[in-house]
Amino acid sequence: MLKIKDLRASIEEKQILKGINLEIKKGEVHAIMGPNGSGKSTLSNILAGHEAYEVTGGTVEFEGKDLLELEADERAREGIFLAFQYPVEIPGVNNATFLRTSLNEIRKHNGEPELSGKEFLDLIKVKMVEIGLPENLIQRSVNQGFSGGEKKRNEIFQMSVLNPKLALLDETDSGLDIDALKIVADGVNKFKNDDNAVLLVTHYQRLLNYIVPDFVHVLYQGKIIKTGGKELAYELEEKGYDWIINDFKEVESV
Amino acid sequence: MNKDKAEKSMINKWAENFRKFEAGLNGESKSEFHKSRQNAFKIFSKLGFPSIKNEEWKYTNLAKFHKHEFVHASEIEEVKYKKEDIEKYLFKGFDHHLLVFVNGKYSEKLSCVGETENNVFIGSLCDLLKEKPELLDNVYKGENNTSAITALNNAFTQDGAAIIVPDNKVIEKPVQVLYLNGTQNEKVHITPYNLIIAGKNSGVKILTSYNSTFENVYFTNAVTNINADENAHVDYYKIQNENENAFHVHQVNIEQQKSSNVSSYSLSFGSQLARNEIIATLNDEDIDCNLFGLYLGKDNQHIDNHTMIDHANPNCRSNELYKGILDDNAHGVFSGKVLVRQDAQKTDAYQSNKTILLSDTASIDTKPQLEIFADDVKCSHGATIGHLDEEAMFYLKTRGIPTELANSMLIRGFVDDVVQTIKIEELKDQINHIIFDHLHKIEI
Ligand SMILES: Nc1ncnc2c1ncn2[C@@H]1O[C@H](COP(=O)(O)OP(=O)(O)OP(=O)(O)O)[C@@H](O)[C@H]1O
Ligand SMILES: [Mg+2]
Repeated sequence: MLKIKDLRASIEEKQILKGINLEIKKGEVHAIMGPNGSGKSTLSNILAGHEAYEVTGGTVEFEGKDLLELEADERAREGIFLAFQYPVEIPGVNNATFLRTSLNEIRKHNGEPELSGKEFLDLIKVKMVEIGLPENLIQRSVNQGFSGGEKKRNEIFQMSVLNPKLALLDETDSGLDIDALKIVADGVNKFKNDDNAVLLVTHYQRLLNYIVPDFVHVLYQGKIIKTGGKELAYELEEKGYDWIINDFKEVESV
Repeated sequence: MNKDKAEKSMINKWAENFRKFEAGLNGESKSEFHKSRQNAFKIFSKLGFPSIKNEEWKYTNLAKFHKHEFVHASEIEEVKYKKEDIEKYLFKGFDHHLLVFVNGKYSEKLSCVGETENNVFIGSLCDLLKEKPELLDNVYKGENNTSAITALNNAFTQDGAAIIVPDNKVIEKPVQVLYLNGTQNEKVHITPYNLIIAGKNSGVKILTSYNSTFENVYFTNAVTNINADENAHVDYYKIQNENENAFHVHQVNIEQQKSSNVSSYSLSFGSQLARNEIIATLNDEDIDCNLFGLYLGKDNQHIDNHTMIDHANPNCRSNELYKGILDDNAHGVFSGKVLVRQDAQKTDAYQSNKTILLSDTASIDTKPQLEIFADDVKCSHGATIGHLDEEAMFYLKTRGIPTELANSMLIRGFVDDVVQTIKIEELKDQINHIIFDHLHKIEI
């Protein structure tokens, strides 16, 4: 589904990604962990098409298409979804209108008929209950004045309504209480099937108890320095990153 | 020609126009009313048009205006409209009384005033003065005029909308006032003088719109006086949608008495140069004064919003919110003065001006002025100038929303808090339509 080869990127002249290689296949869940500032959000933002970052090398293929050629909105219509680490507040833009516009743009692209207001409401009612999104949030401005946890739930709610092929979840677990974490994880697990894939960024092994990854990658200074199975997350929880970073430095200096 | 001479010859041209205007008045030229016109013209001649050296006109240069020679509306042949011609300029979806003015002159044929109770007057200034000449005192006091362009209106005043609501009457249906301006060939000078008097405990909603069916340049030189007596409730909407070559200068004077509530909505779309001026004087206690504004500019439009709220007495509240979107080479001016005099303790005054620039060549000069001489007050003001939020843009795009549509969503989001204050529910969508139509953006 997604093939990233030697991806390099910078922002404001500062090199942040220094050669990322990663392949995600249908049906897989990948977790990316790594210290603060290592480039995790940068990678998710670039995959989603943020224009502030300059891709200085490498390729990204999504479902056989050159992803880097596409604008953010085209990528979304092709099936990429980014759940933001910091969801943006948009005053004056109604949450329901926004999501319906979004869903209908994607449906049009897929050759499906647009949903009427009524059909849309029927669809989201079910999902809202599933994700435990308070009903009033849907009639408020997008994310405006939402609590941290509500913003994260709103992201997962959008994901479940839009049903993308590849979901990039950037620290969707941070800021959630334990119950909310379970609900969000349930949402992701319900969404997950053999035809789609998830790339999730997290700092905590806790989330991976609920959403079991097929692969865990450690990103450090713009490179994936270790890849393992779900046990790697336990090891990181116990020992931190130093041992991997030290191994990596030794290899680098050789 | 040196400056003084140029100025003189300019005034002479207007003096010539004034003579012609007088000649056309026949018998009326001996009336009391006309004496105040003559007085107003004297004031105008003395003051002359403001230049950019005048602090209040610093950012609005009238040079382009002076290039044209205008003919007063009374000199030209009447433009004839049929009812179906004006249909598309009306706001729909709610019952209303309708007054139509063609180049400033009342058209009885096009107007439609529903039944009203005794003593309510909804009609033209001309008819009002015929019926109640004693109201002339209320009309204007030329000698108090300090603005040349307002004096020019007063000198040429013929007609305008007049709405008189007696004590304890609430007019349920909004009064819609449509001004159709311009002609095919002449550069017409149009001078509506509007009078709105709301008695004690009365209520009225007035929805005025300035439009044109022509492309030719013209000059709308309007004055509106709103008097809200004790506990009166007045909502005044002005939709300035003149053609793109028009010059529009309009002064609105609001006088409020005890516990009255006036909300003004100034929505400015058209004109090559527009100056929307509002002066609100709070004459007693417990008054609410709300000034809302939207200004949308494109091409080379120049839109100047000037407001002044005079808090002279204690325990009053004013709330001002002006928002604008400027594209291309459009230039905006916001000058908002809030004066809180020494006696005006416990004043609550809030002012905010926000502008979004859609291009690198659009600009705004914003000048909020808070002058506070009382010590126990709550006042705040703020002005921001920016672009559409890029992070919000990215967020919308990551949800599959194309750039153009995302732009429109953010524009709609930006104007939303002003549009939501509109109290005629059916008007909201129609205003929204004008916004997108004017900016040439996808409507959402
Ligand atoms: N807009 C920007 N301008 C300048 N530097 C930036 C910008 N965005 C990211 N960076 C820098 O890029 C580096 C990587 O940031 P990124 O947000 O990708 O880290 P992260 O791995 O997601 O960290 P965290 O775990 O704290 O979320 C950091 O050093 C950050 O300061
Ligand atoms: Mg991050």
